[in-house]
Amino acid sequence: MEKIEMKRRDFVKIFGLASGGLLFGCNVSADKVVVNTLENGISFVPNLFIQLQKDGKLTIVVARSEMGQGIRTSMASAIAEDLEADWKYVTVQQATGDSKFGNQNTDGSRSIRTLLKPMRKMGAMARLILEQAAAKKWNIPVASCKAENHFVKNISTGEEIFFGDLVEEAKTIAIPLDENIILKDKKDFKYIGKKVIRGIDMEDFLHGKANYGLDARFPNMKFASIARSPVTFGSVKSFDTSDTNEINGVEQVVQLDRLIPPAGQFFGMLGGVAVIANNTWSAFQGKNNLNIEWESGSNEIYNSEKFKEKLISRIHKKAKVVPPFKGNVDKAFENADKVIEATYTMPHLVHAPMEVPNALAWVRDGKCDVWAPVQDPQTVRAEIAHFFGFAIEDITINVMMLGGAFGRKSKSDFVVEAVALSEKIKAPVQVVWTREDDIQHSFYHAQNAQYLKGSLDKKGKVTGWLHRVAFPSITSSFKPMSNYIAGFELGMGFTNNPYDIENIQIENAKAESHLRIGWLRSVSNIISGFGINSFVDELAVASEEDAIDFRLNLLGEDKISTEKSPHPFNVSRLKNVLLEAKKLSNWGSKLPEGHGLGVAIHYSFYSYVATVVEVSVKSEKVKVENIYSVLDCGMYVNRDAVINQMEGAAIFGMSLTMFGKISTKDGAVEQSNFHDYQMTRMIDAPNIHVHLVDNEEDPTGVGEPGVPPVSAAITNAIFNASGKRVRSLPLSDHGMV
Amino acid sequence: MQTLTINGQDYQVDAPESMPLLWAIRDLIGLTGTKFGCGVAQCGACSIMIDGTVVRSCSTMVSQAIGKNITTIEGTSDSLEALRQAWRDNSVPQCGYCQSGQLISAAELLDTNDNPTDEDIDNAMSGNICRCGTYVRIKKAIKEAVELKKQA
Ligand code: FES
Ligand code: FES
Repeated sequence: MEKIEMKRRDFVKIFGLASGGLLFGCNVSADKVVVNTLENGISFVPNLFIQLQKDGKLTIVVARSEMGQGIRTSMASAIAEDLEADWKYVTVQQATGDSKFGNQNTDGSRSIRTLLKPMRKMGAMARLILEQAAAKKWNIPVASCKAENHFVKNISTGEEIFFGDLVEEAKTIAIPLDENIILKDKKDFKYIGKKVIRGIDMEDFLHGKANYGLDARFPNMKFASIARSPVTFGSVKSFDTSDTNEINGVEQVVQLDRLIPPAGQFFGMLGGVAVIANNTWSAFQGKNNLNIEWESGSNEIYNSEKFKEKLISRIHKKAKVVPPFKGNVDKAFENADKVIEATYTMPHLVHAPMEVPNALAWVRDGKCDVWAPVQDPQTVRAEIAHFFGFAIEDITINVMMLGGAFGRKSKSDFVVEAVALSEKIKAPVQVVWTREDDIQHSFYHAQNAQYLKGSLDKKGKVTGWLHRVAFPSITSSFKPMSNYIAGFELGMGFTNNPYDIENIQIENAKAESHLRIGWLRSVSNIISGFGINSFVDELAVASEEDAIDFRLNLLGEDKISTEKSPHPFNVSRLKNVLLEAKKLSNWGSKLPEGHGLGVAIHYSFYSYVATVVEVSVKSEKVKVENIYSVLDCGMYVNRDAVINQMEGAAIFGMSLTMFGKISTKDGAVEQSNFHDYQMTRMIDAPNIHVHLVDNEEDPTGVGEPGVPPVSAAITNAIFNASGKRVRSLPLSDHGMV
Repeated sequence: MQTLTINGQDYQVDAPESMPLLWAIRDLIGLTGTKFGCGVAQCGACSIMIDGTVVRSCSTMVSQAIGKNITTIEGTSDSLEALRQAWRDNSVPQCGYCQSGQLISAAELLDTNDNPTDEDIDNAMSGNICRCGTYVRIKKAIKEAVELKKQA
């Protein structure tokens, strides 16, 4: 855990609720305790709240966005655990985007990693207050009182008192001293690491009652659909609305200018022509009927296939060398027994969450209210303040449920569009992207090319490793002309290569961007995961060694990295997941004709993953039969949700390997909907077997780390099944699906 | 004005001629459990039943449902309740967005097939995309729901 200290002053009880309940507030922060000053003498701003009602109802305010990772359930159960709450009384309320809730950005697989301990402590603090209240009521020492399942028990008499009946008494109890707040022992856990009784949103999901962004409704609200330039950053030359005006339900057509964000922050919006209607369908139809002449601009030159060739030629020449520098690869290659080289490519990808980007905004009386599925509500708020001049406190972001996100919904251009339109038409308006809009105007995962060269000595030991990579950087979306990969992107698998090799050189070749580039579930780990795991497999074949034994050797001696990190890299944990995957997959056993196993390992978001895939190849067509994934993410809260995430990551990785491809012609994206941007369906879904490593380590990422190893595990399996080495994705480009 | 019968209740709507049922249900009537995913019958998020048969409401005209019984995720049936129980038991949903459509497609399967094979399940469910990737759980839950329904 990254240095979380919580002192007594970081808790507060707030009374005087209209309901007569009790509200605990606490300041929870990932990296430090924030102490602010309020006029009323409270010396900090609480950012996490637990409300206990007299009827026993316990409401926990969750300041993270729910997008399928089960965070609302996990955070609530972490608090309920140490509070000794009965799950049936627990409900969750979603926090609005407000700085008082601390950093709400839900990305980087960091929520549980950074918040587990403070949340547990919050629960333990509330439990102690309730035990003290009971002690006072019974006039016995607090040591004789023990909270259990929403009651406090008198240990000597067995008498019990309900949490709800302690509310009044608890109001008179002072905040306990820090040293008296004791977390539960792991062996007594009821919720953490166990299957939680029910997901907090389960019944809503099963009855169509969960409120996603797209479900926000107001009487007389308007719906908008926006035509955007097919070429990124193109602009409107002229447009004709006569066919649009014929559509029943269309009310007006509004031109939106592009909003360019200041360097280094925010997302702005693309601009275009918006059709406002009294229902979504009419807005869509109205948009389709617009006749627009576009000024395409400089990105018209972008043909992704040609650009791929350009990237390949660049990585075949010497490029910019980036740290860490280790040994001398040229010498290693000179003295080698064998030198192997290979080039790998992957195209652009798009998130395509099932719920398209959308936002409802209502600007009135100098205030701006938003209802939207966003991963990072505070950035949205700051962005609206920046572009539209509202005071930050006049902006409210109501975070709705996210129908999937995968990184798309942390880029808030769709919210900016809604606010711009509401300001113009002075009505509540919901901007709804069509699926075509989503596929064609996203922030894309970068097209990429990698060249790897390695040397082996006579004993088959790897002596040199050259890794050259090129892809347009995410930074280009924030700072034009950023033509090289940023350090944070290289740090996702490239410069922190886990293998113990004497001579390593990492090089980065130039790549311009002609689309908006953004992060997508596990980001550039997808690229390094494919390149490195494929190449290690090729080295293993060249040295005629078993793919798993080869990797275990290449990882070198057990040691823990000395780099400065909240969770230093521990190579033995990576070896361990690999060994577990070997067991889980029955590695080495005899397989049916035409079947093959492939393996890959990857370390990302501080978690360790090994994946083995079994494929069958029949007349050049690949079927993924089984995926075996082992995850070491340290301590986890909601076991079943973690397994579900790993299953989802396997399918996500499989989708991008089999079909994932966004291509452009003359600057415009060629794909438009699920028929040409395909993903894995039930009929192709393999059996998925997940094993979680149990240990006492600090919790680390879960949502993303399962994705990076999948591609190479599949292509390595294809090699073992058929002898064909696939070095460019997706498989559909090779007629293999 | 047209009358639509949804989950046993009548609703009056004034839908533009070409409007698909999805938007009449979501925007005019306000039942938002039925989801928009693609608009072109590719993803199944908008699945509803008309007289017991699954259709993609994004690609079905309002006129095709007049005088018929529509079932949406807000509705109920023996199959739907068995499926809900199995979905709970297996913690199927991640983001939940596709699950309305998944449950409706699975309900038709259970209504029409007492003993679906793996292949039957694949065929019935492959029109429904789950971007979160909950297929393994959906398949397991469908099999359990078949058993639950038999016991009931
Ligand atoms: S929205 Fe109807 S099938 Fe996708
Ligand atoms: S649960 Fe998210 S799309 Fe299926």
